Amino acid sequence: MPISLIENVGRRTNNTLAVFGDFFTFCGQVFTWLVATFFRGKTWRQVLPQMYDVGVRSVPVIAVTGAFIGMVMAIESYTQFKSIGQEERMGSIINLSVVKQIGPVLAAVMLAGRIGGALTAELGTMNVTEQLDALRVMGADPIGYLVVPRFIACVLLTPILTIYSDILGVLGGYLVAVKGFGIPAAPYWAFSDHAIDTWQVMEGIWKSIFFGAAIGMISCYKGFTCGSGASGVGRACTESFVNSFLTIMVMNFFFAKLLHDLYEAIYGVRSVFS
Amino acid sequence: MSIISVRHVSKAFGKHVVLNDVSLEIEEGKTLVVIGPSGTGKSVLLKHIVGLLKPDKGDVYFDGQCINSLSPRELAATRTHFGFLFQMGALFDSLTNAENVGFPLVEHTKKTPEEIRKIVLEKLAMVGLPNVGNKMPAELSGGQRKRVALARAIAMDPKVILYDEPTTGLDPIRSDVINELILKLQREINVTSIVVTHDMISATKVANRIVMLQGGTLHFDGTAEEIRHSPDPDVQRFVQGRASEEELASLEAK
Repeated sequence: MPISLIENVGRRTNNTLAVFGDFFTFCGQVFTWLVATFFRGKTWRQVLPQMYDVGVRSVPVIAVTGAFIGMVMAIESYTQFKSIGQEERMGSIINLSVVKQIGPVLAAVMLAGRIGGALTAELGTMNVTEQLDALRVMGADPIGYLVVPRFIACVLLTPILTIYSDILGVLGGYLVAVKGFGIPAAPYWAFSDHAIDTWQVMEGIWKSIFFGAAIGMISCYKGFTCGSGASGVGRACTESFVNSFLTIMVMNFFFAKLLHDLYEAIYGVRSVFS
Repeated sequence: MSIISVRHVSKAFGKHVVLNDVSLEIEEGKTLVVIGPSGTGKSVLLKHIVGLLKPDKGDVYFDGQCINSLSPRELAATRTHFGFLFQMGALFDSLTNAENVGFPLVEHTKKTPEEIRKIVLEKLAMVGLPNVGNKMPAELSGGQRKRVALARAIAMDPKVILYDEPTTGLDPIRSDVINELILKLQREINVTSIVVTHDMISATKVANRIVMLQGGTLHFDGTAEEIRHSPDPDVQRFVQGRASEEELASLEAK
C-alpha cells in the first residue's frame, strides 16, 4: 500500500514536471521564432488580423468590465467613506484600485476568457484536423506561422485594452460618485490626483504586458497539445482559461509584492490619507 | 532507381509497437500502394517518409539524404519536394481555396502575386475545379475539398506525392475521380506516389506495386495481379474484405 502510494505520487510528479518541461520548451521555440521573424514583413501582415481579433473585437467586453468595476467600487466605498465624513476622498481609493489592481487583472481575466478560449479552440481544431501537420509538410513551422503573430498581438494589445479599461473604470467611478452621489467634482479629482502618480498607472500597464504574454502562450500551447476530437478541443479550452486565470492571479501577487517594495525603496511610503 | 528508401524502421508509441523493422525501396515515377488493416502503421509510415515522425530505430532516405537526421531548416527545404494529401484534406479554414493552393508558393518562392494566381488557376484546373478559387473550403463537398487539397499538394511540382486514404468517405464515383487524378498526375508530371488506402478497387487501379502492412511488418509485396492470386490467407481476406473466424466468433461472444 505505501509503495503504490509513493508510486502514484512519483508518477504524478513526473507527469507534472513533463508538462512543465513541454510548456517551457514550447515557450523557448516561440521566443526563437519571435527573434527570427520579428522584422519580417510577412509576420506583421499576419499580426494585423490577429490584432483585430484580439483588440477590436474585445473592446465591448473590456468597456463593460472596466466601467462596471469603477461603478461598483463607487457604490461599495461611498457608505464607508460617508460614515467618517470623508466621501470626497473616495476618488483616491476607487481610481487607485482601478488603475493598479482590479482594472488590469479583470481586463486580463476577461481577455483570457474571450481571446484565450478562441485561440485554443482555433489552434486545437487545426491540430485535430491535421492542419498543423499540413503546415509542417509544406515547410512552414506552425509556431512561426501561427503562434508568433498571435503572441505578438496578445502582448501588444493587452496593455492597450487595459488602458481602455482603466479609463472607463475611472469614468464609471466618476459617474456614480459625482453624478450619482453628488460628491463635488473638484475635490474628487484632487484627492485622486494626490493618491495616484505615474508609477501607479504604469504598474498596472506593465503587469498587463506579462498577463498578455501568459494568455497568448498558454492558450496557444493548449491548442497545440489538445487531445483528439471535439471533447479534446473543449477540454483544452477549459484548461486554457483556468490555467491563464491562475497564472494571472499568481503573477499579480508577485508583481504587487515586487513593485510595492521597489516603490517604497525609491519613494518611501505614500498614504492616500495624508 | 529508388527515390525513397526506408531502412529497418521501427516505431513504438509507449508499449505499442506500430512499425517493426520495416524496409522498403520506392522507385521514382511509380505508384506504391500501402494497404493493411486499421492501426497497422500505414499513416505512421507516411509520416516517417515526410519527417513528421522520427523512427526509434532505422533511417528514411530521400534522394540520398537521411530525412531523420536533417536540421529543421534542411527538413523544411526538403519537404518542398513532397506533396501530402491528408485524409480529410486539411485545408486551412481561414483561407480561400485559391489562398490554400497558393500557400506553399507564397511561403517558398519569390513569385509575384500574378504568377502565383496563374499557377493556382492551372492547378485547380488540373483537378477539375477551375471555378472554386474564391470560395472557402467549408463551401465545398468532401470530394471537392480533397481535390483542392490535391491541387495544393501539387502546387510546388513535387517529386513525391503522399496520399493518406484519398478515397475514404467518398462515394464510388468521387473515389474514381480521385483515382483518375492520381493516374493523371503520374502520367503528366511523372510524380512518384505513395498511396495509403483500404480501398482495394482504388489500390488495384492506381498501383504499380502494392505492399501490405500487418502487425507492424511487411506482409506482402507485389503487383496488383500478384495480390489477386496470392495464396496467403490474410492477404486474400483483406483483398476480398472477409472477416476471420475469430473476428466472427467475437461477435457471438456474450
